[in-house]
Amino acid sequence: MLQIMLFKFSHNHNFPKLLVGDWLIVITSFVLVIFMFQQFWSFEHASKLKIRQGNQIIGIFDLNQMRELHINGPMGESIIVINHGMVRFKQSPCHNQYCVHQGWLSHAGQVAICLPNQISLQLMGGKNIYDSLNY
Amino acid sequence: MTHSIINNKSIHISTTAEDHHIAKLTAFAIGLHILEAVIPSPLPGVKPGIANIVTLYVLYEYGFATAAWVSLLRVFASSLLLGQFLSPTFILSLSGALMSLGTLYLAQHLPKKYFSAITLSIFAAFGHITGQLIIVRLWLIPHTGVSYLVPVFALSALIFGLINGLIVSKLLTSNH
Repeated sequence: MLQIMLFKFSHNHNFPKLLVGDWLIVITSFVLVIFMFQQFWSFEHASKLKIRQGNQIIGIFDLNQMRELHINGPMGESIIVINHGMVRFKQSPCHNQYCVHQGWLSHAGQVAICLPNQISLQLMGGKNIYDSLNY
Repeated sequence: MTHSIINNKSIHISTTAEDHHIAKLTAFAIGLHILEAVIPSPLPGVKPGIANIVTLYVLYEYGFATAAWVSLLRVFASSLLLGQFLSPTFILSLSGALMSLGTLYLAQHLPKKYFSAITLSIFAAFGHITGQLIIVRLWLIPHTGVSYLVPVFALSALIFGLINGLIVSKLLTSNH
């Protein structure tokens, strides 16, 4: 449909005509732009979750499960929910609740940190974006 | 191009016909540049770049040297009028214009039989964002997160480059 429209347009006297090279450049550029979107905007789905409390690694959990974790920090108990590929802070004893408001995480490399309670969630895929996290 | 004769009291700059010609074309480009500055943009940097229509038209009609004059004078004069001279906006505008001119300098030698103003316009638009993104990455936002914006800028450069190129083609054909 679009091709027919473009064809009609290019044969209309009022419309500037694209030469062979122009078409080549337009199509190549378009492919390049799509390639850029794929390259820069690709997010790998995470498969594993690393939970830290203070300087300790609480554990590495599989994301493909339905599970609720209760983890104790200096302020009290934080509740973390894993729900088939996604994870979030469900409840936290901290004041500002930034960790809870961050919502569901699902991409590899995403991190949710609760500084007051010193708990961090780090999603991992094939490769790690951050080498280390320290308090 | 210009030479000045200094009297005792006043400075008189004698101008050539070519100077007047460049000034007229630049005035037109400045007009478009200012008009565009008024149009709100969804994302800083995503702009149609309609002033480049003049640059490209001048390149075809009067050659590269005149186009370079018009483009750079436009950048300096518009920034003065908009109060952005030497600000980051001006530096971005200048780096974009320089890179764009560099691309055009190389692309103008493409065979005219196969490549029209549309190709040059797209190249110029890509050159423009490349120049700007280099400045953004090196100076304004030295962070790899800038790469997330690259596809958006590239897409807008392709679309606006194509539209501007079509307009230039139309202007050139209706003139001959």
